[in-house]
Amino acid sequence: MKRVRISQQEIVFAVFAALFLTFSVFLSGFLSADNMLTLLQNVAVLGILGLAMAIVVIGRGIDLSLIAALAVPGGLVLQMVQNGHSLPASLLAAGLLSIAIGLVNGWLIAYAEVPPLFATLATGLFVAGLGQAALFQLDVVQWSEGMAGFERLGQGSILGIPTSIVMFAIACVVVFILLRKTRWGAYIYAIGDNPFASRVTGIPSRPIIVLQYVLAALIGCFAGLVLAASVNSMPTRIFNSTLIYDVILVVVLGGIGLSGGRGGVVNVIIGTLLIGTMLNGMTILNIPYAGQNLIKGLVLLIAVITDTLLNPRNEETAQQGDI
Amino acid sequence: MRETLTRLRYRYWPDHLLGEILSKRWTETAIPVILLLIVGFALSRSLEHFLSASSLADTARQAGEIGFIGLGMALVVIVGGIDLSVGSIFALTDFCALYLLDVLNWPVPAVVVVTMIVGGLLGAVNGVLIGYLRLRAFITTLITLIIYRSAYDLLIQRYSNAIASAFPDIPSWDFIGGRSVFGIPSVALVYIVIAIFGHVFLTRLRPGWHITAIGGSRRSAYNSGIPVRRTIALCYVASGVLTSIGALFFAARLGTVGGDIGVGLEVIVLTATVLGGITLGGGKGSVVKSMVGVLVVLLVTNGLTAMNARGGVNRMALATILLAAAMVDIRWQKNRTRIISKVYVAPTYHALPPPPPTEIGSGGPFEQNDKLRDVSLIGLGRIEAPEDVILDRNDVLYAGSRHGDIIRFFPPDYERMEVFAHIGGQPLGMAFDKEDNLYVCIGGMGLYRITPDGTVEKATDETNRSIYSVNDDSRLRLADDLDITDDGLIFFSEATVRYEMDEWPVDGLEARGNGRIICYDTKTGTTHTALRGLKFPNGVAVASDGQSILFAETFGCSIKRYWFTGPKKGDVETVMDNLPGYPDNINLASDGNYWLALVGMRSPSLDLAWKMPGFRRRMAKRVPVDEWLFPNINTGCVVKFNEQGKILESFWDLKGLNHPMITSMREHRGYLYLGGIANNRIGRFKLDNADPDFVQYDKRWGKSS
Repeated sequence: MKRVRISQQEIVFAVFAALFLTFSVFLSGFLSADNMLTLLQNVAVLGILGLAMAIVVIGRGIDLSLIAALAVPGGLVLQMVQNGHSLPASLLAAGLLSIAIGLVNGWLIAYAEVPPLFATLATGLFVAGLGQAALFQLDVVQWSEGMAGFERLGQGSILGIPTSIVMFAIACVVVFILLRKTRWGAYIYAIGDNPFASRVTGIPSRPIIVLQYVLAALIGCFAGLVLAASVNSMPTRIFNSTLIYDVILVVVLGGIGLSGGRGGVVNVIIGTLLIGTMLNGMTILNIPYAGQNLIKGLVLLIAVITDTLLNPRNEETAQQGDI
Repeated sequence: MRETLTRLRYRYWPDHLLGEILSKRWTETAIPVILLLIVGFALSRSLEHFLSASSLADTARQAGEIGFIGLGMALVVIVGGIDLSVGSIFALTDFCALYLLDVLNWPVPAVVVVTMIVGGLLGAVNGVLIGYLRLRAFITTLITLIIYRSAYDLLIQRYSNAIASAFPDIPSWDFIGGRSVFGIPSVALVYIVIAIFGHVFLTRLRPGWHITAIGGSRRSAYNSGIPVRRTIALCYVASGVLTSIGALFFAARLGTVGGDIGVGLEVIVLTATVLGGITLGGGKGSVVKSMVGVLVVLLVTNGLTAMNARGGVNRMALATILLAAAMVDIRWQKNRTRIISKVYVAPTYHALPPPPPTEIGSGGPFEQNDKLRDVSLIGLGRIEAPEDVILDRNDVLYAGSRHGDIIRFFPPDYERMEVFAHIGGQPLGMAFDKEDNLYVCIGGMGLYRITPDGTVEKATDETNRSIYSVNDDSRLRLADDLDITDDGLIFFSEATVRYEMDEWPVDGLEARGNGRIICYDTKTGTTHTALRGLKFPNGVAVASDGQSILFAETFGCSIKRYWFTGPKKGDVETVMDNLPGYPDNINLASDGNYWLALVGMRSPSLDLAWKMPGFRRRMAKRVPVDEWLFPNINTGCVVKFNEQGKILESFWDLKGLNHPMITSMREHRGYLYLGGIANNRIGRFKLDNADPDFVQYDKRWGKSS
C-alpha cells in the first residue's frame, strides 16, 4: 500500500490557502486589489532576501550575515553619496564590499571548513560592527540630493505594479534561471544533496560554495538598495531586529530543507506569501506588533510540527551533528 | 665531542613529553585558557583599574549571570543541539521574577523557586519539541525565540510601569543582587558551586556520560539503551532553569524590564561556548571550557567598553575572536591525530659497542652452528603466536595463542590439543605457582591467573601511578614475562608504557627507557613498581639466591640482576651487556644455569641509527611506518648462561626453515621446548647431557606427592 505523503511545501501552501480564504471571507477590504499589492510590497524585500538565503540553504549552508549584507553596503551607498561621491562610484563600492563579504564567508566555509552557522554569524557581526564603527555617522543613513531618481527602485510602479514587486519578480527570474538552467545551479544542488559525492564526482565544490555566498551577499545588497529606495533612508539598526529569523522561516516554511539539495524559487514565493498574508491580515485586524510576532511564531511552530509528524526525520540518513 | 653533546641533549631534554602532552584531552582546554591569560594580561596593562577589587567584582557579577546561561548552552551543545531561545527565556524569567516580587509581592524564596520552574517549563517546550518530537534544534529554538520574545514584549507593555515604580527593600533580594561574601559576589559563589557540580556531573556521573554519548553518536547511544529522547529533553529543561538562575541575579541586581534585555544574548553565549572549545555538533565539551569562553568574551567586551570603543568595534572584536576560535578548533580537531602521530615518536641517544662476533670460524661463545635444524614440531598450523611455552608436573604443554586462548597439548605425543582457557588478550609469559595456578602476562590487559580447573581470574592490571609522568602509567599496557619467588611475589616486566602491544617495534626505534619491572604480591594482592626507566624489559627469572631476579632488557641488549630483598636490596647489577642480539625470555635450566632466547640479531644499520636520534626522528616524521628501520627479528638463537654472565653454549638454526623465530624456551625432562611469537608451531629439541627428570617447578617448589 502506498502511503500518501504530504510535503512541507504542500502543508504550507494549504495553511496559506486556508488563511487567505479566512481573511477574504471575514476581513473586509482584504481581497481588494490595493490590499493585495500592499501585501506583496511589504514582503518584497523579505522575498528577495529569501532568494539569497535559498541559494545558500540549497547548497547545505546558511547565511546569517545576510542582514548585515543588506544594511551595510546599502547604507554605504547612501553615506558616500551624502559625502559627495557620485552614485555610480558609490554603487561600485557597495558591490565590491558585498563581493568581499561573500568571498570571506565562502572562504571560511569552503576552505577553512568553519561551520556556516558560525562563519556567517561572525562575519555578520563583523560587518555590522564595521558599518557602525567606521562607515556610518548615524544609525539611520539619510537620503541626500545625489540619490535623486534612485528611489524609483523602490517607489512608484511599472505598468501599475509597484516597483518593489517587480524587483522581487526580476530577482525570482534571475535566481530561477541560475538554479535551474545553468551548470552552476546544478552544481549547487549536487553539493547540497551530498557534498562528498559531488566532490568525488569532480564538481569544483569549494569554488561553488564561495560562489553561493558571493551571490547571496550581492542579492542581499540588492535587497538593501530596494529597501533604502522604498523608505528613502537606510535604517542600519535593522541588523538588531529579528529579520534574519523571518528570512530563515520564509525559506524553511516554503519547503527548502535545511539539509540542502531540495526546493527552489517556488518555495521561496510560497513562504513569502504565507508570511505576507499573515502579516497583512493581522495588520488589518489591528493586532500590535508583538502580538503579530507571537501569532506568527505559533503558526510557524505548528507548521514545523506538522511537517515532522507527517515526514519524520530518517534516523538512518540523518547526519551526525546536523542541528 | 659532538657525540657527547648529542648524548647529553637526549639524556636531559624530555623530547617524549611533547607528544604525551598533546595527546592529553586537557590540551584542548589549554588553548582557550592561554587566550584568556593573554586577554587578561593585555587588559591589565592597558586599563588602569582593571585589576581593582571593584572592577573584578563587577566582572565576576556579569560573568556569573552569563556563565549560568553558558552552562545551559554547553549542555545543549554537548548533547548535539543548540538553544537560540536563551535570550528570550532570560528576558521572560527576568520579567517573571520582578512581576512576582513587585506586583504580586511574593516572598523571595517563592519568587526564586517559581522563576526557576518557569524557566524549566520554557525550556521544556524546547525539550519536548526537539527531544520527543525530534524537530530540528536550530529551527525550533529560533521559533521559540520569536514566540518568547513577543510574549515578553506584550507583558512588559502591560506591567513595566508597575515594576518600574516599585522599589522593593528586601534584604535577601538585595543579597542576591549585590552583596559579596569575602569580597566575592554572591552570584559568582553560586556559579562556582553549580559549576563544580556540573563538572562532576559531566565527568563522573552516569547521566553526564549519557549526554556526552548522545552528542558523540546519537544512534549508538540509542542502540546501547540510553534513553536518548528523555535525556535530550532534560538538557533543554536544564538550559531553561540555568538561564532563569542567571535572570534571577540580573533581576535582583538591576530590577528593570527594558525592551532590549536579552536581545542578542544568544550570540554572546554561543560565541563564548565555541570560543571555549565546545565542539558544535556535540560529544565534546566541559564546564571549564564554558567558563573560560564566557570570561574571555566578557573581558573583551568590557575592556573595549572601558576603553570607550564604539559599539561597532566591540562587535568586530567579538566576531574576530569567534572566527579565530572556530578556525583553530576545527583545524585542531581535524589534524590532531596526525600531529600527535608525528611528534609522539621521540627517539633518544643509545650507543652500543660493536657486538661480539657470531660468524662461523670466528670462535667465541656465539659462534653459529646448526644444532636446532632438526627440532621436531608440535601443533604445526594449529596454533598461532605461542610467545611462551610451559609444562606442568604432568608433562602437559601450555602455550598462548594470538586469539586470546591458552592452548594445551597432551603427552606423550603432543598431538591432542584443547583450549584450556579463554582470556581475550594475547598471552605472553607464563609461570606456575605452588598451587599449580598458571599466571599469565596478557599484553594490553595485565596479569591473569588461571586455576587448574581452567577458571580465569584477573590478578592485577594496574600499579601505582608515577608522579612525574604525563601519560597515565597506572594501567598496564604491555605486561611481558614473569617469575614467582618462593615468598609468592610475582615479578613481571612491562615492556613499555608509551606504546600499545602492536606498536612494540616503535619502542625499539625510540630506544628510550620506557619499560619497568612490577611486583605483584599474591598474599596481599597489592602491586607496586619496582624498577622503571628500562629499555624494553622482557624475560624475568628468579635467581638462585631467591633474593634477586634476572631480567633481560631487549633493546638494551643486556641482562641485569635486581635484588628485591636481602643485604643488597634495591641494587641493580649488569650480568651481561653488549649481547649480539635482542634478549627475550629467561628460564631455568636443569643444571642451575639459565636459558636465554635472542629474538633477533643486532644489525650495524640500527646500531648506527641508535646513535643518531635526529635521523630516526626525521624518519618517523617523513617516512611511512612500513618503511621505517626496525629491529631485526628474523633470526635468533638460544643461549645458556650462568649468573656470572658467562655464555656457556649457543644453539642456532642457520636456515630457520623448521622453526623460524625464538622468543622463549623451556627445559622439561631432557627436552627444550621452543616458542616464537610469529610462529604457527612449537619446537621440541632433544638436549644431550640434560637431566631427564628435570621439571622446572618441581625443582623450584619441591616435588608434590
